[in-house]
Amino acid sequence: MSSGTILSGAEIVIKALRDQGVDTIFGYPGGAVLPIYDALFKQNHIRHILVRHEQAAVHAAEGYARSSGKVGVVLVTSGPGATNAVTGLVDALMDSIPIVCLTGQVPTHLIGNDAFQECDTTGITRPATKHNYLVKDVNNLARTLHEAFYVAKSGRPGPVVIDIPKDVQFADGTYRLPGECLPKSYRPQVKPDLNKVEEAVEMLANAKRPIFYVGGGVINSGPVASQLLTQLVRMTGYPCTTTLMGLGAYPAHDQQWLGMLGMHGTYEANLAMHGCDLMISVGARFDDRVTGKVSEFSPNSKKIHIDIDPSNINKNIRVDLPIVGDAAYVLEDMIRIWKARNKRADQAALKEWWDQIAVWRSKDCLKYEKTDKVIKPQYALERLRAAVAGRDDVFISTEVGQHQMWAAQFLPFNKPNRWLTSGGLGTMGYGLPAAIGAQVANPGALCIDVAGEASIMMNIQEMATTMQYRLPVKVFILNNQWMGMVRQWQELLHGSRYSESYSEALPDFVKLAEAFGGVGLRATKVSEVDDVIREMIETPRPVIVDMCVDQKENCFPMIPGGKAHNEMLLGPEERVSDATPEEGMVLV
Amino acid sequence: MSTQDPIRRHTISVLVDNEPGVLARVIGLFSGRGYNIESLTVAEVDSNESLSRINIVTSGTPMIIEQIKVQLDRLVPVHKVKDLTLEGPFIDREMALVKVVGTGDKRVEALRIADIFKARVVDATITSFVFEITGIGEDLDRFIDLMRQLGLVDVSRTGAVALSRGTGAF
Ligand SMILES: Cc1cc2nc3c(=O)[nH]c(=O)nc-3n(C[C@H](O)[C@H](O)[C@H](O)COP(=O)(O)OP(=O)(O)OC[C@H]3O[C@@H](n4cnc5c(N)ncnc54)[C@H](O)[C@@H]3O)c2cc1C
Ligand SMILES: Cc1ncc(C[n+]2csc(CCOP(=O)(O)OP(=O)(O)O)c2C)c(N)n1
Ligand SMILES: [Mg+2]
Repeated sequence: MSSGTILSGAEIVIKALRDQGVDTIFGYPGGAVLPIYDALFKQNHIRHILVRHEQAAVHAAEGYARSSGKVGVVLVTSGPGATNAVTGLVDALMDSIPIVCLTGQVPTHLIGNDAFQECDTTGITRPATKHNYLVKDVNNLARTLHEAFYVAKSGRPGPVVIDIPKDVQFADGTYRLPGECLPKSYRPQVKPDLNKVEEAVEMLANAKRPIFYVGGGVINSGPVASQLLTQLVRMTGYPCTTTLMGLGAYPAHDQQWLGMLGMHGTYEANLAMHGCDLMISVGARFDDRVTGKVSEFSPNSKKIHIDIDPSNINKNIRVDLPIVGDAAYVLEDMIRIWKARNKRADQAALKEWWDQIAVWRSKDCLKYEKTDKVIKPQYALERLRAAVAGRDDVFISTEVGQHQMWAAQFLPFNKPNRWLTSGGLGTMGYGLPAAIGAQVANPGALCIDVAGEASIMMNIQEMATTMQYRLPVKVFILNNQWMGMVRQWQELLHGSRYSESYSEALPDFVKLAEAFGGVGLRATKVSEVDDVIREMIETPRPVIVDMCVDQKENCFPMIPGGKAHNEMLLGPEERVSDATPEEGMVLV
Repeated sequence: MSTQDPIRRHTISVLVDNEPGVLARVIGLFSGRGYNIESLTVAEVDSNESLSRINIVTSGTPMIIEQIKVQLDRLVPVHKVKDLTLEGPFIDREMALVKVVGTGDKRVEALRIADIFKARVVDATITSFVFEITGIGEDLDRFIDLMRQLGLVDVSRTGAVALSRGTGAF
């Protein structure tokens, strides 16, 4: 079938998806998308995964996209289908995940009439997407679909919505091939200005206390960027820290990696950021969870910022050398120029810097009380880590809370695209559908959602999806009976008044797993942890693990809101030095 | 980010696809990110290419203005963003319709001042005038201020439109 063929709108949708290389979509039917569902029924190339809530369709598509490097595709109906998807769209927007979301709409002649299941989808999703479209003419449908894929994945990736009225799905129109359809205006810069890269290399070579600060943009750029980054970091011998979103961009087992930085990052990473004289930021956006108090953020350093999106440069922190471009291109140029100019780090200074870092490292900031009386959440994760050691096919997603931070701190990510977490929006309920998406993209891999007992309730219905498609996803609940992260803040800032943060009336998670047709496992004693983890991994079906952990444990290190990197709390015995100032209290 | 940075007014010109929702996108960007809009005008300027020009007068610190420009530039239907205030001399013009009601001396005085400001009478009754005045915003402000004492009852302003001086085009 070539360009110019006449097809129905619904057929154009399917054809365009195929031509974009789509083999899987996540969705939920309804009146306004029935023609597209009918077209799906009549073909065998695109697989549809029926979720149980449209929010989960988007998160599943995010998990699929992040774990495969492809664009995630979603199909939902008008009105409630579209509004349910909004949380997922904002999540993808914040975390730079490429998504194309098709929404049904009432027929064009009814738009604006408060028709049944009508909502202003483009109005509602305008600030929730990178871009959105309402297609009123079937002859624009193919072009719009192809353009949507281009927009979703180029530049800083993000979600794109295409709202398709039902009459447009029925109408006949002309099909157009992908190559014919590029937008006239949106052309993000991917190749850097070489003069700036040269300048960066000079700064790099002259640094005494340098650090690489690496973010999710390196993962967005593709696996090659991670390889290039690793090469550059090793060539220079400089330390490297990654953000929550950047985990896996640099191998965690490497000595030059200082761990994650930021609010719950390591002591060594944060102090190295605070004390460095040169910061090389690659694909990171100086988020408030990373900078802490902005006015005291890395006060004595020169900053190089490599980012594909100029709007993320000089937004929160003023930098000395901005380089706009795709991380892979910039890193490649840096390596080339470093080599061509025979650059070498100042070895004496570097040794001194690493000696200082070794002192910080020796604090062993992630240490926790070893006990056999109660399962510490960190211990459970260390045992999980041991159980999957050496495997290359492990994908970890998380919900949001303390368990998420512990997973970031205690699980090793040696490769990109293996770590799926909601960083920017912090969406409870993300983890299970994201694990589903990862499992669909990586059949046979081990996909584990590290969950909290509160978060998992937000999209628990997706257990039915795992059953329907025989996706052996594992839900690993660190059940502390509390919204632990909320409780931790209440202890820190609100006089331990635990307002509504106790997880009352929890279900029996073992029985719940069984009710869905999966397998439920529970560990209440330290001696049971290893067996439960082994059984979870060996069971070729969906599993929920109810890991009953210490209810009181809090997540450290922690930089309280409004504090600087060098004011971090290392454990429960440390108190906020002086009462958290009001300006810190208001921060989230 | 330094809070001592001076706040300056900038006139920004944006070339966009003339398509539904584009204005909502621009306005949503300003309201969603808390930027200030002093005035905003939009009209199609090229019907063959279906392009519109949006003129925005805004104010902020250099860092905020820079953010505004890069944020505008990453909107998909935006072709070009030009900061006229930074990129050399430019002309800006605004039009106002100003209705003044009165009789006797005040009415005569209103006409005299309109003459000084080169405002045209575009409607008249025995007790009222509507003046049309074109100029830079400050001139319009002064004219309107004077008219307040002479029976001003209504004003409608277009907001600024602007172009760079000289031979350069967008
Ligand atoms: C409870 C909780 C606690 C958290 N605590 C922490 C914490 O302690 N530490 C922490 O780091 N985060 C933490 N986060 C996450 C935090 O909120 C942010 O999501 C995260 O810091 C942002 O990561 P990033 O800077 O890597 O940017 P991302 O959100 O991953 O953005 C990617 C950046 O790279 C750019 N980019 C995209 N593609 C490319 C490309 N091809 N080439 C170059 N650049 C590109 C983008 O423009 C953007 O600037 C926490 C989140 C939660 C929910
Ligand atoms: C949808 C949503 N609502 C509310 C919050 C605020 N919030 C952040 S963490 C948290 C508690 C999570 O509890 P749980 O899942 O048990 O994880 P824990 O911190 O105990 O590990 C809450 C309510 C959120 N992040 N997302
Ligand atoms: Mg909990």
